[in-house]
Amino acid sequence: MRKQNPDFPLSFFKSVQESSHFTTMWKRSCSFLPSLKHSQFTASHFSCTPVHFEPTKKICIIGSGPAGFYFAQNLFKKVPDISIDMLEKLPVPYGLVRYGVAPDHPEVKNVINTFEKVASNKNFKFHGNVTLGRDVKFSELRQAYHAVVLTYGCNEDRELGIPGENLPNVISARKFVGWYNGLPEDKDLEVDLSSETVVVLGQGNVAVDVSRILLSPIDLLKVTDITEYSLQALSQSKVKTVYLIGRRGPLQAAFTIKELREMTKLPGVQTLLQKEHFAGTENIIPNLPRARKRLSELLVTTASKEQEGSRYFRPTFLHKPVEILGSSESGVVQGVKFEINDIDHEKGIARGTGKYEVNECGLVLRSIGYKGTSVDSDIPFDSNRGVVVHENGVYSAGWIHTGPTGVILSTMSDAYDQSNRLIEDINKKTLNVTNSKPGFSAIENTLNSKSVVTVNFEGWKKIDKIEVERGAAVGKPREKIVDVAEMLRIGGS
Amino acid sequence: MALRTLCYIGRAIESTKIGLHTVQTGARSLSTSIRVLNKPEYSVTFVRPDGEKIKAKGKEGDTLLDVVVNHDLDIDGYGACEGTLTCSTCHVILKPDDFAKLPDKPSEEENDMLDLAYGLTDTSRLGCQIQLSKQLDGLEVQLPATINDARS
Repeated sequence: MRKQNPDFPLSFFKSVQESSHFTTMWKRSCSFLPSLKHSQFTASHFSCTPVHFEPTKKICIIGSGPAGFYFAQNLFKKVPDISIDMLEKLPVPYGLVRYGVAPDHPEVKNVINTFEKVASNKNFKFHGNVTLGRDVKFSELRQAYHAVVLTYGCNEDRELGIPGENLPNVISARKFVGWYNGLPEDKDLEVDLSSETVVVLGQGNVAVDVSRILLSPIDLLKVTDITEYSLQALSQSKVKTVYLIGRRGPLQAAFTIKELREMTKLPGVQTLLQKEHFAGTENIIPNLPRARKRLSELLVTTASKEQEGSRYFRPTFLHKPVEILGSSESGVVQGVKFEINDIDHEKGIARGTGKYEVNECGLVLRSIGYKGTSVDSDIPFDSNRGVVVHENGVYSAGWIHTGPTGVILSTMSDAYDQSNRLIEDINKKTLNVTNSKPGFSAIENTLNSKSVVTVNFEGWKKIDKIEVERGAAVGKPREKIVDVAEMLRIGGS
Repeated sequence: MALRTLCYIGRAIESTKIGLHTVQTGARSLSTSIRVLNKPEYSVTFVRPDGEKIKAKGKEGDTLLDVVVNHDLDIDGYGACEGTLTCSTCHVILKPDDFAKLPDKPSEEENDMLDLAYGLTDTSRLGCQIQLSKQLDGLEVQLPATINDARS
């Protein structure tokens, strides 16, 4: 069912004025009206048989996370005569909002309401379970659409490049997040929570997220949409201490203050810091820019605060990992060897001291950032920076454009900027949108020939409904379906 | 526009229903409901970075975010987290006098979010935390330049 545009007939008028294609069709079907011109359109003309028309400008967006949806939102708002096909590798939409945002941060997922509004536009089509580079080639999309927009994010990890990184029980935080959030490719990840100590390498917000999930009282997680199997595993977890380890000093910490404050308030968990790491910062902190100053002050206050709890969160600075040590028999992780760094707090430059220390642990989570990759050899791509580069008719936004940093707000801002760039190119006629393009019908042929089952937005709503029902049965907002085949059985068309 | 008109009609019908209902259920609730219906309205103006002014009205106790949502004001990305203090998209800049007039200072949580806002000033607040009141009637707030700019 197509939804009626609520702004009808105003937006319709606007479209009519912009669409020469439509005018032709309209003239044909209303041929009884003598010499019809744009300026002569009045409401009375709507009394003739309604004509279905397809927008002439056809855009394809790859990836259905925040970057893709905010990009689409802005295009619909400013370009009346436009249709958007959104392709997604997974059967279900929303990217990192579904699979990245921590289950105990449901408020952050409120952006989905905006995305649903975008999806309800009659000129928007979602096509889930379509993988660029495998099911459909980039060159085919370029042929079928006036512009292709890449918003597929970053799907690999940066690596440390140190010995022992591939030992069992060294896992990437990205995969760990995918595991507890039900990302199909990570659902079978083996997570060994039998050790009391975990080392998280990296100090960004993802590192704090995984630490919080490991340390949270299970009752707080039970009421979230965390996957049932990870809830089971976490309820039997032996983990008591999580180290959050970074190379640089407390004044360079990469996490933001909200995430730290949340840890300091987590029931039953003490946030312990080493006071000596703050030596020499007293005179610098008051003069720092506001955000950095407030974060540093919270660290200093926490360092000398009496706390209670039998689990420990230990942000540790000035430790550079040099080797991950495994048992000679089983190969399982036993600890991480660090070189102790010294730092010039003012300049933020860390230097090795030649002193080493081993931190014993049974699980290492590597959380030093994501990496963007090209998913099709024809994509204009800068492999050094891991980002898509602009070329005529090819746009990108979000992490695959800026690199993997920033919160949803920064992605939203980038998506608006980049979609404005596309609109400007249309207006300046540097992007040709006057020639006729087949759009999805051309892609559909390819997909049919490869027997690819796709999921449209109605299909996703079916999956969504079942997930919410299954969640309600166990007191959770949602129980995610983690099996692609099952998603396709429910929502495929 | 059509949608907006429908919304207004919808709201008017809703109000009428409340009115009728209370007439039937007795004088006491009637007076309560009249008070609700007659909740004073105050005006607020949002000023875009290019100087364009968007004027709107809201009831006492409505937040600036409520006003934007209820009137479907065209401000890009405003209130992404819907007032749950997990983003800073409803950032507004107040005049120093108005800033001082606000009954509550920003909470730690609001300040944590403001820390991430673009174009932060000493008189910045989140619109979801500012409630309309008699004292603030006619309030004029500036929208920051980097986000919510006049992109059209």
